[in-house]
Amino acid sequence: MMHHVALADLGAPFLSMRLKTFVWLCLLPLAVVVLAFFVLPMVRLMIVGGSGPQGLAAYAAILTEPRYRATLINTVVLAAGTTIVSLVVATVAGLFLQRTRFLGRSVLVAMLTFPLAFPGVVVGFMIILLAGRQGLIGDLTLRVLGEKVVFAYTIQGLFLGYLYFSIPRVILTIMAAVEKLDPSLEEAARALGAGPWAVHRDVILPALGPAFVASGAIAFATAMGAFGTAFTLATNIDVLPMLIYTEFTLSANIAISAALSVGLGLVAWAVLALARSFGGNSVAAAG
Amino acid sequence: MRDRLIFAGQLLFTLLVAAFLIVPAALSMLAGVTTNYFRGISSGFTLQWIVQVWDLYADTIGRSFLIAGATLVVTLLIGIPAAYGLHVRGGRLARAIEEIITLPLAIPGLAIALALLLTYNGFSDFRRSWLFILAGHVVFTLPFMVRSVMAIFSAIDVKTLDESASSLGASPLRRFLDVIVPNARPGILAGSLMVVTLSLGEFNLTWMLHTPLTKTLPVGLADSYASMRLEVASAYTLVFFCMIIPLLIAMQMFATWGEASGVRK
Repeated sequence: MMHHVALADLGAPFLSMRLKTFVWLCLLPLAVVVLAFFVLPMVRLMIVGGSGPQGLAAYAAILTEPRYRATLINTVVLAAGTTIVSLVVATVAGLFLQRTRFLGRSVLVAMLTFPLAFPGVVVGFMIILLAGRQGLIGDLTLRVLGEKVVFAYTIQGLFLGYLYFSIPRVILTIMAAVEKLDPSLEEAARALGAGPWAVHRDVILPALGPAFVASGAIAFATAMGAFGTAFTLATNIDVLPMLIYTEFTLSANIAISAALSVGLGLVAWAVLALARSFGGNSVAAAG
Repeated sequence: MRDRLIFAGQLLFTLLVAAFLIVPAALSMLAGVTTNYFRGISSGFTLQWIVQVWDLYADTIGRSFLIAGATLVVTLLIGIPAAYGLHVRGGRLARAIEEIITLPLAIPGLAIALALLLTYNGFSDFRRSWLFILAGHVVFTLPFMVRSVMAIFSAIDVKTLDESASSLGASPLRRFLDVIVPNARPGILAGSLMVVTLSLGEFNLTWMLHTPLTKTLPVGLADSYASMRLEVASAYTLVFFCMIIPLLIAMQMFATWGEASGVRK
């Protein structure tokens, strides 16, 4: 807007007209692609969700149908657990890494952020290598306890997988937030006689609040929608993305699976929108 | 003394977290070149699993590069002009458009894939070709390109550049090609690295959109995790790591270089 005024001031109103046309031409390919391959398909998804044998009631099925409701509760509990544990782990590690300088620190940071680009399927395979039938944990427990502990294909294994892709992301956000903390506040608290625990409880952790909300929301939304990890590990575990997948491919319950995906999409979007209102970045991981 | 204990405790905790993330990745790299993983590295090292992966899955590797390359070309052609258009246009409409194109980051890939399937099921030639997967990847990666280029536009003084070029009588297209695009290079490069990395690793959409003839690398990975022996699955994963690790390092170097040269991220 401002731009056009400035150009008009140069005494070239026809240029501003040309620029306006050019700007529209710049936006045209984007509009075509996004409409054809995102907006229209999403509208279609919503329509299909309400046009099965149950009609619009399909949208309520996730709450009214006991099996779907149980899956929803399962998924929410799992996602909430992932969020809380990731936040705790990332805060301890992130505070430490940002506050102390020691030999090998940058290597450690690189190791902690390396899994950021792993697709969900690969994360699932990492858990198989840790807790699967030929996994490290099974090997160690067989030697120490005389009994092989295998849990990759249970809800605990899935939980571990969700932690695997959440922790790196949350650590990065927490480290960035710790870097921006105002050290004078802590100095003031210390000068007033506050011990290290009190400084953490009353100064540092409250100041990190927005980062907790933002990264927690991303962890939660990602865990809710994570398909790749669940696909690799959890053929028998009821989580929402697996339910949608089996309803669509095995049961051919197209309307229900469409309605469930619309619900899942809305939840993920709402949680991230909430996070963004706290100033976070709304990029979810590809779980 | 107390401080040392706290330091040691925190270090140990952080090391454990790092081990949780790194040990399985290292195990998988090792398993991919071990003759028999069950017997351990004492069974010797071999490249036979890598060769087997090449025999079984070479087409998926080629197709993943094809799709990632095509995704990059399309996101460049659409994303750079769009970022410029949104930046110059500004205002409520531009913000609304940005909001819409960013939605695919929030909505799980599974939902987007279902939507695409329900919409294009009737177009069987398109639905069966790799272009269908390309469409999904473009929708998913486009926001990264647009945002990354827009970030540069808000960091550099596009308006002054544009105006001084226009006062010299250059047409909007010439200005865009000769002045705007060269100045946006850091954002274009960062966005490109992101787009290629994401496309190479994309699974959630691709699994739903692929056909037996359009398998990509991550789809093949899922396949091998379910049906191949651990060594083959590991060797395949190793191939994937070899493809994305250079991209990750480039991104890391680029981020550091960007900070050093004062480019806002």
